[in-house]
Amino acid sequence: MGTFSSTHFLFLAVAALWTVALTAIAFIGGGLAGFAVALARISGNRILRGIAIVYIQIIQGTPLLILLFLIYFGVAVIGFKTVPALLAAGVGLTVYSSGFLAEIWRGCIQAVPKTQWEAAECLALTRWQRMTRVILPQALRMATAPTVGFLVQIVKNTSLASVVGFVELAQAGKLINNSIFEPFTIFIVVAGFYFAICYPLSLWSRSLERKLNVSHR
Amino acid sequence: MSATANLAPMAPGTDEATVTPLVRLANVQKSFGAVKVLDGVSFEVERGEVAVIIGQSGSGKSTALRCIDALEKFEQGTIHVCGHAVHDKDLDRRALRRDVGIVFQSYNLFPHLTVEQNIMLAPTCVKSMRKAEARELARTALARVGLADKATQYPEQLSGGQQQRVAIARSLAMMPKVMLFDEVTSALDPQLTAEVLKVMEGLARDGMTMILVTHEMGFARKVASKIIYMYRGKVWESGPASMLDQPQTKELSMFVGTGLK
Ligand SMILES: Nc1ncnc2c1ncn2[C@@H]1O[C@H](COP(=O)(O)OP(=O)(O)OP(=O)(O)O)[C@@H](O)[C@H]1O
Ligand SMILES: [Mg+2]
Repeated sequence: MGTFSSTHFLFLAVAALWTVALTAIAFIGGGLAGFAVALARISGNRILRGIAIVYIQIIQGTPLLILLFLIYFGVAVIGFKTVPALLAAGVGLTVYSSGFLAEIWRGCIQAVPKTQWEAAECLALTRWQRMTRVILPQALRMATAPTVGFLVQIVKNTSLASVVGFVELAQAGKLINNSIFEPFTIFIVVAGFYFAICYPLSLWSRSLERKLNVSHR
Repeated sequence: MSATANLAPMAPGTDEATVTPLVRLANVQKSFGAVKVLDGVSFEVERGEVAVIIGQSGSGKSTALRCIDALEKFEQGTIHVCGHAVHDKDLDRRALRRDVGIVFQSYNLFPHLTVEQNIMLAPTCVKSMRKAEARELARTALARVGLADKATQYPEQLSGGQQQRVAIARSLAMMPKVMLFDEVTSALDPQLTAEVLKVMEGLARDGMTMILVTHEMGFARKVASKIIYMYRGKVWESGPASMLDQPQTKELSMFVGTGLK
């Protein structure tokens, strides 16, 4: 027993770093996968498009908690004895993020007027050039704010990773509380850490939004 | 059709099998669903000619232009443009678009690029031109449309007329053999319209082959070497600009009567 000490604080700080790491994994992995899914979702190929639609629907219709359980226990069923917590949480959050980022980005790509595609086509650009030189740069402007917004959601959703045994910020708080039972103090500090991670992102998102609204379209 | 004079000398470097006419539509038929929009359209445009398509709203003028640039499929008929068989299943669209420039009513500039970058994009992407060379080309094209001082501005900082002139410069920079214009001044007020028309007049004088759709009848009379009057998806009447003064059909006569501004 004891009271909340600097050791506890340090323990939370390290857990906060794990939260950031998990967020980064989910965002980068989910970003890459989500971009591919977004492209598939708007491709000319009907089958590819169908697969992307189903994927997005399933991911968006499944609670993250269930997704994490499925990966954690599902892999065990397939034959692996134990899955490292980081791997299970990383994969779960990556899959989760990819489903949402794909849909955000698809919306942004399709929000670029069709006449822009046509103008680029009439200048003899290839499909790839049209995409990379004309459409994506414009879609990117629109996507920045909602993407950063979703990043904040990922930060908060990493707290669910505790269910597969991953010790991130929320789980660390729970562990400390189990030993010293000072829930109020502990969870205020935990909340403070979350705030310290999320608030700069929110500010950034808002400033980006403002900047992009003012400058070219 | 024979009444039109070939105004321009043979442009150098355009010698291949594209002997006149440069553009030929023969019996082109196109439907949107059950609606027949082009009902056997045929016309020819020789090198250096300025063909002006006129007609009521919905008569198929835009659709005809879009078919020429392979932006619309059509069910029947043939279109030849600068040696490209547009009706062919194996049409090389990119090769066609290197020879054909098109400008729309809504300028469709790329908003994330400066004026200069808008113009440089296609030459660098499509012709693998080096940046410096493309920039030089952009400056030349901009000077031609009277906007040499706007190179580093973004489209939204320009007036509608200026944006439309940039769109024309962007097309010109690809050195097309034919330019298509679809009501490029319809969104502009009279003064801005005049700026744009002046640029197009200059192109006509320089011998550019052009097909343009316009409601500016005064302008049509001035630049047209051939007028094509479309009515309900058909070429109803065509001939030299003087035909506007002696319409042969009551449809054109009514159109000219009411269409004059
Ligand atoms: N993408 C489309 N889908 C369905 N119908 C279309 C489409 N584009 C054009 N149409 C129809 O085809 C007909 C001809 O259209 P088009 O745009 O070629 O006429 P237009 O002569 O250019 O008219 P305007 O002077 O109004 O521009 C119209 O009845 C129009 O409603
Ligand atoms: Mg039209």
